Amino acid sequence: MSAEPIESRFRALQAAIEQWPYAALIGMQPLLHDEGLQFRLAYREELIGNPALPAIHGGVLGGFMELSAQAQILWEADCQLAALPRVVDFSIDYLRPGRPEDVMGDCRVWRQGQRVANIAVAAWQGDPDRIIATARGHFLMPEAEAGAVGAR
Amino acid sequence: MAQDVKTADMLQMAREFFQLLPHGRLLGIEVRQADAERVQTRLAYRDDLVGDPQGGHLHGGVITTLIDQTSGSAVLCRLGRLEAVATLDLRVDHLARARPGQAVVAEAECYRVTPNICFARCTVFPEGERARPVAASMSSFMRTGQVPGFVEGSR
Repeated sequence: MSAEPIESRFRALQAAIEQWPYAALIGMQPLLHDEGLQFRLAYREELIGNPALPAIHGGVLGGFMELSAQAQILWEADCQLAALPRVVDFSIDYLRPGRPEDVMGDCRVWRQGQRVANIAVAAWQGDPDRIIATARGHFLMPEAEAGAVGAR
Repeated sequence: MAQDVKTADMLQMAREFFQLLPHGRLLGIEVRQADAERVQTRLAYRDDLVGDPQGGHLHGGVITTLIDQTSGSAVLCRLGRLEAVATLDLRVDHLARARPGQAVVAEAECYRVTPNICFARCTVFPEGERARPVAASMSSFMRTGQVPGFVEGSR
């Protein structure tokens, strides 16, 4: 755990995410709760993939979960990474269609090593027990070094 | 197969289908080729699709969306009719990264159809560099039967 107060660590994370153009494009943002970090994908019409249902595009759900995983890795590293963790592989299971409303994401880091991190993400809407998609992936860790991505 | 849509109409069907997907439109995914054998799409580079501001590479989620939409379309074209399909799972291996500024091309084929499930694979490469793929994907789709009004007025 960081010696830094959790609020300033969270501000560093927000500042880092604000510099990720794709996160801004789809509207992904971090939230800090007592239980820890969560992520939100704010709903807008441009996220729809299937207008007949309507349902959120599976690709953007995957993109949101991948961004969440990267942000979670950065958070676990006290927002001190020289660059973004780089995706190696990402595997998504779709359980239910995404309704036209906000999506929440919870991440679990199973292992964060020197070179590779393994992380799982669950996405849900409304009820955290009603998961709409899960994902797991591997990310290459950048060299740990203060300053570049977060904590400015 | 292809009992409802002739091969010559498939490119047109795919293009109209893509126009109906708001998120595909937001990213700017275009269809280049579509028939029962394969679907090829293209995504132009744009600054707001970037994941890492230092490197300027497209975000993996952008590649995932391109793959999901291209693979789903390959399934539709293989089925030869406007049947709604839902992605069950999709795995992407990120083999390399396209250079900043470079457009990417996705090519997908549906290689197995069963009554309930269709299987697809997809490769993404930088435009003009087929020998240097940036991503490879396997995915499966659930068939949901024909949905009236799924693509209204498209045929």
